[in-house]
Amino acid sequence: MSDGVEVVAERPQRRRVLITGLSSYWGGRLAEALESFAEVEAIVGVDTRDPTRELERTEFVKVSNQHGLIQRIVRAARIDTVIDARLVVDSITTSRQRAHENNVIGTMNVLAACAGEGSPVRRFVFKSSAHVYGAAQNDPAFFTEAMTRSQPPVTPIERDVVEAEASVVDFAGKQKRVDVTVLRCANVLGPDVRTSFAKLLSLPLVPMIAGFDPRLQFVHEDDIVHALEHATVNRIPGVFNVAADGVLALSEIVGLLGKRPLPVLPPWGAGLLSAPLRALRVQIPPEMRGMLRFGRGIDNRRYKASGFEYGYTTREAALAFSEHLRLQPILRGVESSYTYEGEVERFLRRSPLARPPRPDGEESGTAQEPFGI
Amino acid sequence: MRELLPAIEPDRRIDDWGRSERVEGVFDATLVEFFYRYWFRCEVEGVENVPADGGALLVSNHAGALPPDAAMIGKAIRDEHSHPRPLYMTVEHFFKGYPGFSALLPKIGCVPAHPANVHRLLYDEGQLVLVFPEGRKGTEKLVKDRYRVQRFGRGGFVEAAMRAEAKLVPVCVVGAEESAPIVARSRLLERVTGLLYFPITPTFPWLGPAGMLGYLPAKFRIRFLEPIDTTRMGDEPAEDKALVQSVAQEVRARIQENLHEMVSRRKSVWLG
Repeated sequence: MSDGVEVVAERPQRRRVLITGLSSYWGGRLAEALESFAEVEAIVGVDTRDPTRELERTEFVKVSNQHGLIQRIVRAARIDTVIDARLVVDSITTSRQRAHENNVIGTMNVLAACAGEGSPVRRFVFKSSAHVYGAAQNDPAFFTEAMTRSQPPVTPIERDVVEAEASVVDFAGKQKRVDVTVLRCANVLGPDVRTSFAKLLSLPLVPMIAGFDPRLQFVHEDDIVHALEHATVNRIPGVFNVAADGVLALSEIVGLLGKRPLPVLPPWGAGLLSAPLRALRVQIPPEMRGMLRFGRGIDNRRYKASGFEYGYTTREAALAFSEHLRLQPILRGVESSYTYEGEVERFLRRSPLARPPRPDGEESGTAQEPFGI
Repeated sequence: MRELLPAIEPDRRIDDWGRSERVEGVFDATLVEFFYRYWFRCEVEGVENVPADGGALLVSNHAGALPPDAAMIGKAIRDEHSHPRPLYMTVEHFFKGYPGFSALLPKIGCVPAHPANVHRLLYDEGQLVLVFPEGRKGTEKLVKDRYRVQRFGRGGFVEAAMRAEAKLVPVCVVGAEESAPIVARSRLLERVTGLLYFPITPTFPWLGPAGMLGYLPAKFRIRFLEPIDTTRMGDEPAEDKALVQSVAQEVRARIQENLHEMVSRRKSVWLG
């Protein structure tokens, strides 16, 4: 992976895209976004679960993490771009074993499916996490892509992320014909994604570790989706940090949300408190403890130099989140839920009776303007 | 990539390093003002040697149980300079892990002394940074060793200035060494409290944590020396270890020489 940023201007080329983890939040959002790109000719999504978003032209294939099957799909559909958006970075979302299975074994399988003689894959985008840097006392205030963490990882999620990224870097070294882009995303904050941080910041009083006020940096969920799009349609091999402008003190974020800080967690032995805290519906996963003490800042300039523009600063992401918190009691339960029905999706895509809406947005047929105005 | 630095958001009162205008303002108007003007009666020479813009690395001698020198140097630049500028003070990583210090120190302009932090401040942001190359060797030394400038580490500060193409400004502080004299140190209490070092001073630990602020009213003199330009030392001077060492030695010698001269002219420790 080269150090300097090279953005190779290329004429818009038709791309055939495979998204792994289609049913995850990021996979679904990205597929939805890529459907509106004219140069993206085909979108195939694979996952072990059913999709959670309504998609127009994305083809979904339910498949377990078996590289043999994924490889057959990649070759049969002549996929040239693979976006791996499966990584689990928050340990409260699933069990430790499942997270490991998905993050480490899953990544190996996807990479194996893209490798090999005659593979049509030319571009591989991996959504990684700023967890590769950790959060420790001796850290620099801003991690750049060239820096490594100051302590070996101890929490399971961080170990997984480090291992998964290492296998991607190894793949990039061996597969000379594939441009590999790794996006190390900061913690996400926004209206839609439920993360440990979002849960903590939703509490009426935000618990903090006494005597610590960590510097934190977030990125808005829309910016992560745009960052993945940017890496899909542009040729930008290398490792990039994805984080919004601005590193905020936790107390500052709490102030922006119009809440009060509650510095009650003890500076030492916070791990012992996790059981009583869970009873109070406060979950502080192990990978978050370092963040609550030392915080983490990452340098986002390299991705900006590749032509990417962020829509939100960390402060604006926090404000967007606070707007969501105010609306939440009103919107609860009203949000539309979508259930994937394979038969229906097949009918919509395959049946000659189903006519897709024209690209200019007008409905086909004569049903329009029934009064002939 | 300087042009890609985050834009300043006018609604924020804390910068990306965690520095808080509000907290710093409160300290500046109360404690620091009191010590600077009335207690230490600081006298400043050569403040014009601090560049009015661009990155510059200030290098000073260091002493005192809870060293008051950094705050006084910062205050001198704020109050006496024709273009007052904020000063970022480098501190040990240790403080980031110690409750209380961890939350407070960044708010008043302290930054952990990581080479990457110094580089970003000097090169990318063009700020003023203060380092104490003596580090703990300076603050730990007992009152009998006053004004003996200790070894200057491995010259990392010179390398940092060279890489960042920043000027080096040596600073001499007289008075700090007598204001918080360390009579002895306690290894046992060091271990019990988990502190970097546990000084015994006229007021600490006898008056509790506040005893750390029980400074004796020594007269302070701060002298800023001629800046050293690191940009005219050839290509990639930071790679030349011999050059780095000789520049570090030169800075140390200049500080020691000026300290001797300042101390020899002083009639009284307390009245100056």
